[in-house]
Amino acid sequence: MQIAVLVKYVPEPQGTPTMGPDHLLVREGVEGALDPGDEFAVEAALRLVEAHGGEVTLVSMGPEVASAAIRKGFSMGANAGVQVTDPALRGADALATARVLAAALGRASFDLVLGGVESTDGYTGTVPVTVAELLGLPSATFARAIDVQDGALRIERQTEAGYDVVTCPLPALATVTGSAAEPRYPTLKGIMAAKSKPLEQLSLADLGIATDDVAPAQRVTSVSDAPQKAAGSVIQAGDDAPAKIAELLAEAKAI
Amino acid sequence: MTSVWVVADVTPSGVSPSAFELLAKARTLGDEVAAVALGPGATEAAPALGDHGASTVYASDDAVYADTLGRPAAHALHELVAGHAPDLVLFSTSYEARDVAGRLQAKLGCTLMSNASDILGVDEAQTQVFGGTRLVDVALEGPTPRLVLVRPKSFVAEPTGGTAEVVPVETTIPDELTSARRVERHEEAAQGPRLEDAKVVIAGGRGLQDPSNFSLLDDLAAAIGDAAVGASRAVVDAGWVPYAYQVGQTGKTVKPEVYIAVGISGATQHVVGMKGAKRIVAINKDPDAPIFRLADLGVVGDALTLVPKLIEEIRARRS
Repeated sequence: MQIAVLVKYVPEPQGTPTMGPDHLLVREGVEGALDPGDEFAVEAALRLVEAHGGEVTLVSMGPEVASAAIRKGFSMGANAGVQVTDPALRGADALATARVLAAALGRASFDLVLGGVESTDGYTGTVPVTVAELLGLPSATFARAIDVQDGALRIERQTEAGYDVVTCPLPALATVTGSAAEPRYPTLKGIMAAKSKPLEQLSLADLGIATDDVAPAQRVTSVSDAPQKAAGSVIQAGDDAPAKIAELLAEAKAI
Repeated sequence: MTSVWVVADVTPSGVSPSAFELLAKARTLGDEVAAVALGPGATEAAPALGDHGASTVYASDDAVYADTLGRPAAHALHELVAGHAPDLVLFSTSYEARDVAGRLQAKLGCTLMSNASDILGVDEAQTQVFGGTRLVDVALEGPTPRLVLVRPKSFVAEPTGGTAEVVPVETTIPDELTSARRVERHEEAAQGPRLEDAKVVIAGGRGLQDPSNFSLLDDLAAAIGDAAVGASRAVVDAGWVPYAYQVGQTGKTVKPEVYIAVGISGATQHVVGMKGAKRIVAINKDPDAPIFRLADLGVVGDALTLVPKLIEEIRARRS
């Protein structure tokens, strides 16, 4: 089974994000990592090929430095990587990103495309399903559990009140939540092996995409501070803390 | 003449009230407001959609929309949009809506904005970044309609007493679009008030240290009464509590009278789902936790010792 996983390099999730004068998230000179949400998808892919055979290819769009995300996936056990990098993609919106990823995926034949539910930096949450539409693939999103049986995908899809079982023939696309599988830590052997795995770098021209096709259709017109609430009080957990919380609850007529 | 559409989520339990919130906003933006409702129960929901401001409801009760994921709905919407050319199409963020909007974007080549917290015009919307501390206005360009996914509870629903003309949607859905199917539905029973409706929400995070300690929050909720227990994504991902507990970007948006964050650091992911609470109480061991910046009352200390004392205090006040 050939599985592709969409991965993104994001600014260090524990860091403090900043915005540049162009109103874009500052990504240069900032520590970055494989998006933690994508690690779940990589893990799910690795488990599927361990059970059913096959290979895992990581597909990413981002600046040169973003190859670190693919290297992390390699160290977990993924087999190959494709990175689309092009100066024209700076500030790309969700549709442009989906077009690029779909074009990169379209160069090979995959049984299954996996992704995280949403990125940790932008939270857009629609790119994978847009990719599926562009590729003419069915999709099964928000999977908290994922399996392949008799050439069909079977997932448990998270819902407001529980879960639905969704089935879908392959090829297909699926997104996985953090409940799907705890990502493995790379082993030393994995980290050493990552260095020699094939990473293909492509430009927009390599994909036959014109710059106009990825021009962003969303433009930030202004950024301002949200109205701030008056600062509250912070106290140490002493004997009076329970009474203070109870008073606040009483003021709110909650008790 | 501008035309604004609202795509209503039709679920097994009826039309989602978030559509009414969007209709309230849509009325201030467009000369013409329509709603689209697809799935069993759609026609039945049309009067309520009309009562909240839709002058037209495009409706289909076809079970195909409920039994599949997004693809048939995107197909039908594509056809409707091509026939009526709205300027703006609003969705309330949900798993279903993301699937539909994401696919519709690919079909139309129109821009899709996620996580909007306000709509400023038919071609401009606002979102919040960095834990809701910064407001970003975004101009929506390129071909129409512009598509926007709006966070639930961004607007207040308001009945108008209007009535809607119901236009049946009779799109034929090609079989190949129905290959991803829901074959089973499982509901996890919940007790007490719903997270979205409770007067007090008590949410737990990693600081509770162990899943078994969540029972402390249940006890606190029981002591308060009109209270529900929620959780951060970290502990939902770790499998401590079911997804239905999750408050935040990927989970529920709540606006209770009081929000008590227990052992939650306050990541952006979480904060956007609860910052609209009237009063916020935070309990955390780490004095530098970002949640304290939002809190009306912050308590630096161990939740495992504090919460039982709080329960005692509340019981004492009650008796």
